[in-house]
Amino acid sequence: MSTIRIRNLHKSYGATPVLRGVDLDVAPGEVVCVIGPSGSGKSTLLACLNGLEPFESGEVIVDGQHIGWGPERGGARLRVPERAMTLARRRIGIVFQAFNLFPHMTALGNVMEAPVQVLRRPRAEAEATARALLDRVGLGHKMLAYPADLSGGQQQRVAIARALAMQPAVMLFDEVTSALDPELVGEVLAVMRKLAEEGMTMLVVTHEMGFARDVADRVVFMDGGLVVEQGSPAEVLGNPREPRTRAFLGRVLRPDSISA
Amino acid sequence: MDFEWDLFVESLPTLAAGAVTTAQLAIVSIIIGLLIGLVGGLARVSGLAALNGVALFYVTLLRGVPLLVTMLFLYYGLPSLGLLLEAKAVAILALSLTNGAYVTEIIRAGIQSIDRGQMRAARSLGMGWGLAMRRIVLPQALRRVLPPIGNEAITLLKNTALVSVIAIPDLLRAGTDIMTWQANTFSPFAGVALMYLAMTLPLVWLVARLESRWRVA
Repeated sequence: MSTIRIRNLHKSYGATPVLRGVDLDVAPGEVVCVIGPSGSGKSTLLACLNGLEPFESGEVIVDGQHIGWGPERGGARLRVPERAMTLARRRIGIVFQAFNLFPHMTALGNVMEAPVQVLRRPRAEAEATARALLDRVGLGHKMLAYPADLSGGQQQRVAIARALAMQPAVMLFDEVTSALDPELVGEVLAVMRKLAEEGMTMLVVTHEMGFARDVADRVVFMDGGLVVEQGSPAEVLGNPREPRTRAFLGRVLRPDSISA
Repeated sequence: MDFEWDLFVESLPTLAAGAVTTAQLAIVSIIIGLLIGLVGGLARVSGLAALNGVALFYVTLLRGVPLLVTMLFLYYGLPSLGLLLEAKAVAILALSLTNGAYVTEIIRAGIQSIDRGQMRAARSLGMGWGLAMRRIVLPQALRRVLPPIGNEAITLLKNTALVSVIAIPDLLRAGTDIMTWQANTFSPFAGVALMYLAMTLPLVWLVARLESRWRVA
């Protein structure tokens, strides 16, 4: 069974359709990169996957839980109650472009917060796990630093550790390097690469074509609220079938941007 | 000028007794006002139309009516509804309801000033709305609105001077009493003014202390 299953997902902001019938599956342990021009609905797709954005119709199942709308019964679907969505989100890690660390807590506090408050883990246990996670993202020396004292790259690595602390079934990455200074992008991608190698299921919205080429099991190209093309990185990035994919890659793939 | 040093010193003990009443009224009303403001502010951002409506009605009403009128209205109006409260209770009710209306709007604004990404991040970690509000949004919002809330507390302290119209022996009332006996305005009132000023200082100090302790690192 897929970790993520999306069928015919429709979402609009007011009268503007953003997602126009998206189908997508992510298998356990798979790393899928979603690329496409801005405004193609990539980030909205992620927000729908953990129920942060409501959507009009379609089926979304993540880690066996229906998101947004329940199973179809007699041609109709009922909205999933908020309480069930809150439970489902425990298993869906997401990392945002803007980090969104809690500024009134240390790096350690940020990572411990949800395990202690949501999962009711004992503080000592949660702290041990949080320390190990911060070590894993290379921030063992910044445990007690506040977000304001960390660089963008460090903040984003704390955010990754914070999401991992919930032991999610899947990690969603929403253009997580787009707000970073160029020299800080590498450290965040390195953490994500390690995570992928360790077998984490990942859905990564990104503009980093080098990362997509090297790390993704599958690349999905979205445009105009639809999945236009998908396949192995070699197929989609190296030999795209669709004219729209070719046009997009022609715009973003300059020789220097492909070095990973 | 009819300032007499001896009279000034003599009036201090009487004034101090009035000041105790003023301080009691102020402290109790500030605490109740804060609690009302917290509940009201949360109601305003709850996203539930009914709660928001009730809170907005309350704020509009209490902010739109002068405190003195509210106090007199409750003092003379409640008994005709069969509700007999002593003057101090009426004073606390009027002070804290009015203060709570202002604090409601301050806390609403504070919550709304926190980046929406904070709530999204908290919810994405499996926190419910209430938990996310309590652990993530409110601590940041309250820190930010501490200065205006301090202002409201000082305003309330000074507004307690209005309770003398419903026959509560507060600081101002003690001053006017002395003025009547002694036929001297300036000496007792200098004491009254100084004592109000002195009572605002602990509030100023408390706000400054909380601000520095809660500073985001």
